[in-house]
Formats: sequence, C-alpha cells, structure tokens
Amino acid sequence: MAKFQISRRKFLTASSLGLSSIALSGCDAFDSGLGIGGGLRSFLENANGLTWRAQRLLAGRDALAPEFTEADIRQPQRPNGVTAPDDDTYKGLLANNFADWRLEVTGLVEKPLSLTREQLQNMPSRTQITRHDCVEGWSCIAKWTGTPLSLVLDQAMVKPQARYVMFHCLDTIEQSLSGDIKYYGTIDLIDARHPQTILAYGLNGKPLPVENGAPLRVRVERQLGYKMPKYIYKIELVDSFANVGGGRGGYWEDNGYDWYGGI
Amino acid sequence: MDTVANNRSAAEADGKDTTLIYRQSRWTRLTHWIWAFSLFFMLLSGLQIFNARPQLYIGKQSGFEFNNTILQIGAENTANGPRGFTEIFGHRFDTTGVLGWSGLPGQETPRAFPAWATIPSYYDLGTARVVHFFFAWILTTTLLVWLIASLVNGHIRRDLAPRVSDLRKLPRDIVDHAKLKFHHTREYNTLQKMAYGGVLFVLLPLMIVTGLAMSPSMDSVLPWLNEILGGRQTARTIHFTVMVLLVLFFIVHILMILAAGPINELRSIITGWYRTDPPAKHDQSTERSA
Repeated sequence: MAKFQISRRKFLTASSLGLSSIALSGCDAFDSGLGIGGGLRSFLENANGLTWRAQRLLAGRDALAPEFTEADIRQPQRPNGVTAPDDDTYKGLLANNFADWRLEVTGLVEKPLSLTREQLQNMPSRTQITRHDCVEGWSCIAKWTGTPLSLVLDQAMVKPQARYVMFHCLDTIEQSLSGDIKYYGTIDLIDARHPQTILAYGLNGKPLPVENGAPLRVRVERQLGYKMPKYIYKIELVDSFANVGGGRGGYWEDNGYDWYGGI
Repeated sequence: MDTVANNRSAAEADGKDTTLIYRQSRWTRLTHWIWAFSLFFMLLSGLQIFNARPQLYIGKQSGFEFNNTILQIGAENTANGPRGFTEIFGHRFDTTGVLGWSGLPGQETPRAFPAWATIPSYYDLGTARVVHFFFAWILTTTLLVWLIASLVNGHIRRDLAPRVSDLRKLPRDIVDHAKLKFHHTREYNTLQKMAYGGVLFVLLPLMIVTGLAMSPSMDSVLPWLNEILGGRQTARTIHFTVMVLLVLFFIVHILMILAAGPINELRSIITGWYRTDPPAKHDQSTERSA
C-alpha cells in the first residue's frame, strides 16, 4: 500500500507537470492561431454561420424584439463608441443644426434619393421602447423614434441583385497609418426590412443627441449595438462588402466581431 | 451468502477477476471528455467576455444612473499605487494580483480576470466570442447526444435516477464522504447522483437557457424567456453564477477522484473498467448491497 501511495504521488506530480506544460505552450499556440484570417479561427467561425442560420430559421423575417413600457426608461441612453465626432464635415453640419445634412440613398437602387431631415421626419414614423444590448454585456432601455428603413428602401426601389444595406457614417472611429477610418456597417435585407428597423432621429421623446448619433442612427433591434451605426449620411445598396474596408462587412467586424450580431 | 462466497472462490481458482467490472458505457466516456474539453474553453473564453464588462446586475438593464450592480471587479488608484478590488453586494475586497489588477511584476494592467485565466490571454472580446460560441454548439450537441444515448442504454434510469433508498442512505453517505471513506461499487452513491444529476439536469441546461436569453435575436423568438428569468441582466448574472457552481463542482470532482483512487477512477472513465471493492464479510455485505 505504501508503495502504491508513492507511485500515485509520482504519477500525479509527473502528470500535472506534463499537463501544465502542454497547457502553457498550448495557450501560446492557441493565441497565435486565433488572429483574423488564421486557420483555427476560420474553422471556429463556422459556428457563427451555424448560429446565424439557426436563428434566422427560428426568428424568421418578422419576429419582434421585446418592447418595454415608459416605466422601464430609468436613465438616459448610455452612449458608446464615438460620442463627439471631431470631423470638420460633421462639426460644420452640427453648427448649422444639420440644415445642410442629407441622407443619400445610392448603389443598387432604381431611384437614388437625397433626403433632408424634414423629408425623413414627414414620412410615417415608428416609436418603440426597446433594450439596447452592447456586445460588452450591458443593456439599456430607451424610446426610439424614426422612419422605418423599409419605407426609404421602397421609395428608392431596391434592385433585385442588392443583398446588403451599407451604412456610411460621418465619424472617424480610428486614425491609422493609411488614413482615417470612418465607421461603417452592413445588414442584410431581411433585417433592413424588419418592422422594427428604423432610421432613428428621436430618443426618449427628444431629438437624437450628438452622443447617441445625431442626426440619424439605425436601430436593428434583433442584433447587438455594434450593428447600429450612428452619424449616418449615406445608405448604399450593395451585392457584396468584400471590397470595402477589411472585407468583413463593418468597422468592428474588420476588427474581429462577427458580421452576425444576433447573439 | 455461501453460494456467493463459493462462486467467488471458484472464480479465484479459475484466475478470473470478479471485482473488475465494466461500469461506464462508451457514450458516457466519450461525452464526458468532450464536455471536459469544451467546458475548459468555454470557461476561459467566458471570463474574457466578462472582462469586457466586469459587472453583474439584477434586472432588465444595467444601472448607470441607478444602482442594481451586485458584483464588480475593477482597479483603483490608492496611496499605495493601483489596487485591484472585487465588490460583492457592497462588500469590497482587495484582490490585487488576481482580480482587477494583475500581470507580470512591473507589467500589471487593469483587467478583471488575469491573463492566465482567459482565452485569448490578451484582451480580445471578438475572438473570445468566436471560441465561446463554437464550444457552446459542441457542448449543447453533446448534451443532447448524451441524453438520447442515456435514455436508450438505461444509464439515466439505472445509475442517475434517485430512489427512495438513496434518501435513506444520504446521512450515512455524507458521514462517509466527510471521513473520506469510499465504497467502490457499480452504483453511484447518493451524493454522486445528486452532483452528476445536478450538473447534467440543472446547471448545464440553465447555462444554455441563460446563454440564449442574452441573445437579442433569441429574445424575439422566446420573449418570455427573460421574463421568467427576471430580465436579460439577471440572466447574465445567473449565467455567471452557474459558471462559479460548475467550477466548484470541478474542484470537488477532482478532489473526490484523488481521494477515492485516481488510477481506478480515471481508468473507468477512459476504458470503462472499474475495480470494485472485494465482496465484504458477512456482517457488512447485506448493508453494502442494500
């Protein structure tokens, strides 16, 4: 019995040393294989495609995100990302209270549009109290008012080959060696035509504040916050986003977040 | 009894080993190791995800202008330099070096969980989410496979389902565990049934449900999910709490294996074969086999 105890201890010591060295070197190898475009990461990212297909199957086109009551609005909408764009164009538009701002609708459409704030606000609007979920893990409930994106798309008459809506933004999110990077993002036409997807110009009963994306931001209520660009000035209908930015469909996507932000 | 003893003597005479039994089916063994592997990656990537927002709240949303925070891990500047802290229900603990403020000497950074406990080791929320959701699919699929296999092969009914006799044996079982006195039998003891059943039928399903409740897309499919859980932020807090319970289970699981004989226990979950105690003497045998 005593002999067995010793061999057991030796076994444990040896195996724990062995396991920890495998774990340590394994972690380094794991870290390096996980970069964007890496083989291991690309393999693991297949699960994101599975999640997207599964959730699309379950949620369909029109399942609505939960809506809340006025009593659930307990605080101002927490701003995130860029909260005060330093771009000259933006500051010029802001100084004039966005009188010179236009929403361009371009790309794969029959009838390109250039809409003023008044034109957008004169279209039928939708108001919804929804929960904003940040990819970081926090949530905040607020009341959003805006024009359903589907109405704008109908007016512009989307061509059949269009697959995505690309939002171009006025704010510089990153200054890199190759120049300033402006925020951008894409959603597919199912989310773009979802009843709760609105181009929001109002927040909690007031005009949308600068820190939350004035003059216009999109709400995509079945996805996370990074899929809802702020400071929008152009909506482009595209059939692919492979040649824009890092080719992954958005600023945060180019930096590693998945294109599908429904989870 | 005499017949059993005679059979045993006969078996011994034949050189057959009657104490070595086939205890774990291939389904149990395979799913066990897939879970062990998946849970390791889910834990470390999950801690990385938590680091992006190292606070837990109760309710539908996170309180920024009101206080519904029940746990917070952070760093603060003090007269003695930066310190890490963990605050639970308003009670603050100095956790410098592990939680809140950690790293190699001279290279400490503010981060909730330390680099050695996260995947990737550096801060990278996007990558952690890729790893987490990949293994979430593996874990969930494996749980379903196990459930079907264990219903078919009788593992759940035979080995895990609690019986009235289990309840009767519970006090004795607790005393035996406290004394590290283990009986090696084909059957699980009462505490084992409770632990394994609790993980497989309560903790893992709760982990999956609270994980789904955090998905804004799933909330459009199952809007009642967050209502019964108490809101998305409560779901997130439950998700974290279940993680802590699973880690506690893992620690106790490993300690019990070490105490009960690691080679025999490991063999049974690798090969299926398990060495049981030799048949007891007359005075104990009736009690053991009860």
